[in-house]
Amino acid sequence: MTGSPAGKEVRDFNEVNKGLSAENAVLEALRCMECVRPTCVKGCPVGIDIPAFIQQIANQDFAGAAATIKRDNMLPAICGRVCPQENQCEGSCILAKKEKPVAIGALERFVADYEREHGMTLPEVAPPSGKRVAVVGSGPAGLTAAAEMARLGHAVTVFESLHEAGGVLTYGIPNFRLPKEIVRAEIEQVKRLGVEIRLNHLVGRSLSTEELLSYDAVFLGTGAGLPYFMGIEGENLNGVYSANEFLTRVNLMHADRFPEFDTPVKRGCNVVVVGGGNVAMDAARVARRLGGKVTLVYRRREEDLPARAVEVENALAEGVQLVCCANPVRVIGEKTVQAVECVQMSMCDLDESGRPKPSSVEGSNFLIEADVFIEAIGQGPNPLLVSMLPDLKRERRGNLVVDADGLTTLGRVYAGGDVATGAATVIWAMGSAKKAAAAIDRMLREE
Amino acid sequence: MYQVEEATQLADRVFQMWITAPQVARHARAGQFLVIRAHENGERIPLTISAVRGDAVRVIFMSVGKTTEYLSTMKKGDALSDVAGPLGKPSEIKNYGTVVVIGGGVGIASTPIIAREAKEAGNHVIGIIGARNKDLLILEDEMAAVCDELFVTTDDGSKGIHGFAASVLEQLLKERKIDCVWIVGPAIMMKVTSNVTRPYGVLTFVSLNPIMVDGTGMCGSCRVTVGGETKFACVDGPEFDAHQVDFDSLMQRQRMYVDEEKASVEHYHHHGGCGCCGGEHR
Repeated sequence: MTGSPAGKEVRDFNEVNKGLSAENAVLEALRCMECVRPTCVKGCPVGIDIPAFIQQIANQDFAGAAATIKRDNMLPAICGRVCPQENQCEGSCILAKKEKPVAIGALERFVADYEREHGMTLPEVAPPSGKRVAVVGSGPAGLTAAAEMARLGHAVTVFESLHEAGGVLTYGIPNFRLPKEIVRAEIEQVKRLGVEIRLNHLVGRSLSTEELLSYDAVFLGTGAGLPYFMGIEGENLNGVYSANEFLTRVNLMHADRFPEFDTPVKRGCNVVVVGGGNVAMDAARVARRLGGKVTLVYRRREEDLPARAVEVENALAEGVQLVCCANPVRVIGEKTVQAVECVQMSMCDLDESGRPKPSSVEGSNFLIEADVFIEAIGQGPNPLLVSMLPDLKRERRGNLVVDADGLTTLGRVYAGGDVATGAATVIWAMGSAKKAAAAIDRMLREE
Repeated sequence: MYQVEEATQLADRVFQMWITAPQVARHARAGQFLVIRAHENGERIPLTISAVRGDAVRVIFMSVGKTTEYLSTMKKGDALSDVAGPLGKPSEIKNYGTVVVIGGGVGIASTPIIAREAKEAGNHVIGIIGARNKDLLILEDEMAAVCDELFVTTDDGSKGIHGFAASVLEQLLKERKIDCVWIVGPAIMMKVTSNVTRPYGVLTFVSLNPIMVDGTGMCGSCRVTVGGETKFACVDGPEFDAHQVDFDSLMQRQRMYVDEEKASVEHYHHHGGCGCCGGEHR
């Protein structure tokens, strides 16, 4: 990837990574060894025929490469940008062992961008099956399930509670990582397969349980949109945000362009973000673009950061200050935030996962000046929907219990993505949705 | 797009709007709200569902800022970009016995639907509606039609009883057995009025009105402290046991964007109101 952060004074929300030129894409494609038993494909949660599309790029058949990818993945411009390829296809590439793996993500993105600019073609759609399927949520899982089932000939209706489709692709991931016109174009493609998307429909409220269960099958892709709060003192002061709220205000509501757009957001002079995942990096980098000095507080060591390495790199290059081995214990202020009190964490023992178990060092408290404090410590499934379907069994953290096909404990109701797995990645959501779509198709055809 | 079926002014700066939104109208219950986004550049604002008629829902709002001012200019046949709902939990209505439903100012918008459902559940329903003055009083006829008894108060005595709803409630509590009370209005009014029922131990619901964004439980902008716990008003409420609510924190959080709200109105008046700047703003 040619990740080249724009420097410390970055103020715009334009995409940071500009992508490959056609020339460089062909050169990169020629590095592929065309393995007989390609390990990269196994590394891809949706099983794209990677050697085939790379071969087509090498032969300069970019449209053909796009068609190959879309046999397995209807959202390639998105995946090429936000997948953690280092842990998936590229991590499994045979070249990863000696030199650099083939830049599969950049190539996938190149092909998708090429096709979008030169006219998109749709994959074939099977004749109508006469079956109706409801998909709840239009994030990566819902869109994938909807596209797969529409291609198989089922009549698919997607219910989305917000005013725009895309889920986390729209409200969560900022424009500088994933331009919204690309999200919209890929959603448009899914709609052109015959999928109907009903916005402003919150299932359980705008659509009753009975109405939902009147479909031949249901796929739940409602995500993990419930933000966790730390539960520390001062958390309800003005200026404290969940990352979800902060990112929704900017990404979905365009608060960065207030007052041209009506939704406001606090532009802190000193912003403190707590967390170490991709969401924390996104929030920190958005806050930088709104003009603040940004400090990211993470309780473990820098090498333990769960965010993608490239996102940490970008955040640092854009001037985000990293304070590791520290954790906020209190938000200080009167009415509005004035400072965040943190404590040093020591990393003596390893926990079950092999990560150091952080424990606070007594008397090591210190203050960071702040007028905005953003919590990005994770999120869980929204309990609303599952409370409407009491027969759905849940795990302790609220995730739905599903079998290998994505079938929940309620007949005809399947689930995939974060609502089943807990907060994970876009591509994992898509992978589980694809599996569930295939299982739903089998079930509907057996009848 | 969601069509405006009817738009009229009810009182000084208070407007009502009937909007076609079948997915909301078909499922709406007392105590619930909807979220409106008026246009493509708009913000999402929560408004109580005040009544339902076929596929249309009624909202009532006071023009207090950019968005409500814009809404107040909308006419029959105009369309809103987005209407989502019904949101929030319905009011916990059952047969309590004698129920008092109190509306303050534009909060009266919520009361006829609560009073009607309470009446249908077999309660004896007493309504109290109060406003600063008679020009701000709304829905008196509707409340009179659904309540067994109705008291009207104005702060300045320009109509009905001179004083606050709280004094009428206090008097009722002294005179007879009240089993449940609903209070909907500005936060300070709900705080003061619910303190009246506290010594009597009467179950009292208030409908909280914190700042909301999505209204579906995904951001926590609307978090409130109830019984020492953090709750999201949009999914856990908006109605809560009044005696458990931290009103001071609610009111502090409601003021979070006071400066931005002013800037937004100024921007609207300059770029949207005069029509002489050639801007693309509404």
